[in-house]
Amino acid sequence: MAEDIKKLMYVNRRAPYGTIYAWESLEVVLIGAAFDQDVSLAFMDDGVYQLMKGQNTEAAGMKNFSPTYSALGDYEVTKIYVEKESLEERGLTLDDLQHLVWEDEDDDWAERDSIHLVSRAELADVMAEHDMMFNF
Amino acid sequence: MSILHIVNKSPYEKNSVAMAAGYAKEGDTVLLIEDAVYAAVKAGSASAKLSGLDVSVLGSDLAARGVAEDKLADGVNVVDYAGFVDLVEAKDSVQSWL
Amino acid sequence: MPIEVNGKTLETDEEGYLSNLNDWEPGVADVMSKEDDLELTEDHWEIINFLREYYEEYQIAPAVRVLTKAVGKKLGKEKGNSKYLYELYPYGPGKQACRYAGLPKPTGCV
Repeated sequence: MAEDIKKLMYVNRRAPYGTIYAWESLEVVLIGAAFDQDVSLAFMDDGVYQLMKGQNTEAAGMKNFSPTYSALGDYEVTKIYVEKESLEERGLTLDDLQHLVWEDEDDDWAERDSIHLVSRAELADVMAEHDMMFNF
Repeated sequence: MSILHIVNKSPYEKNSVAMAAGYAKEGDTVLLIEDAVYAAVKAGSASAKLSGLDVSVLGSDLAARGVAEDKLADGVNVVDYAGFVDLVEAKDSVQSWL
Repeated sequence: MPIEVNGKTLETDEEGYLSNLNDWEPGVADVMSKEDDLELTEDHWEIINFLREYYEEYQIAPAVRVLTKAVGKKLGKEKGNSKYLYELYPYGPGKQACRYAGLPKPTGCV
């Protein structure tokens, strides 16, 4: 079975609310996670804004889907790559983003970080290890 | 003749903020809404495009995106929907850089 | 088709899920379970309440695999397995319990 599992990467490059891409991507990831797949997420360009903490959509009258990113660990989506150059260009650091973790069932539910801060060159290498990329 | 320049696209994806800034003259205001609010973040590279201009941002769109007001560039005004309407009324015309 | 709960008429979608999340009250689960000829016990309510809390925190209804694991962690291993959950909710713990809890159909439910 193992050799049939494809390595999939979801590439997120859009800000969360101005367009529907971010939410669509998240839904596809959650639906896709129901199947046996090796999934990782990449956030670059404006996609890094999706992970900003403190989002409050009440006054704007939209659904706030930022809490759903915290559920990714439960869906066994544990590899989330954030591109350093994109953060820097926008004046952001990891501290501006949600702290996403997954729990290792085999190690008494120990919490592990899901987010990996990587350079563009490093992310290019990671991307090259995948069989397929989906763009949002 | 004063103009309210409204922008709703991210400065990192489209050049609308730069265009609005280039066309804004003395007495004009640039209003950032939706994804354009990211342009007002002081530490972001796009904020330089707006320096020296009269800039307002829509507060509800800032909050939705998790951008705290203390992260904004100096002199940027935060407005609510009523403030948005006031700006439209105060200017002679509106140019939307969609 | 709408359902009647405590004198109020609540809209549902074609699969019987509440159209408006905020319409939910415990009576919704009572009415829906009666239609399914299922008597709700404390064990049923434990799952319904768990699902509502999950939605409150994550804004999604969990897929059944995710639900099973999360129940196991929160309520104990003897409850975090499909046998236990399917005995409570024979139509599928994700779909049926989410419907009683007033949540949308689980994300990742195909």
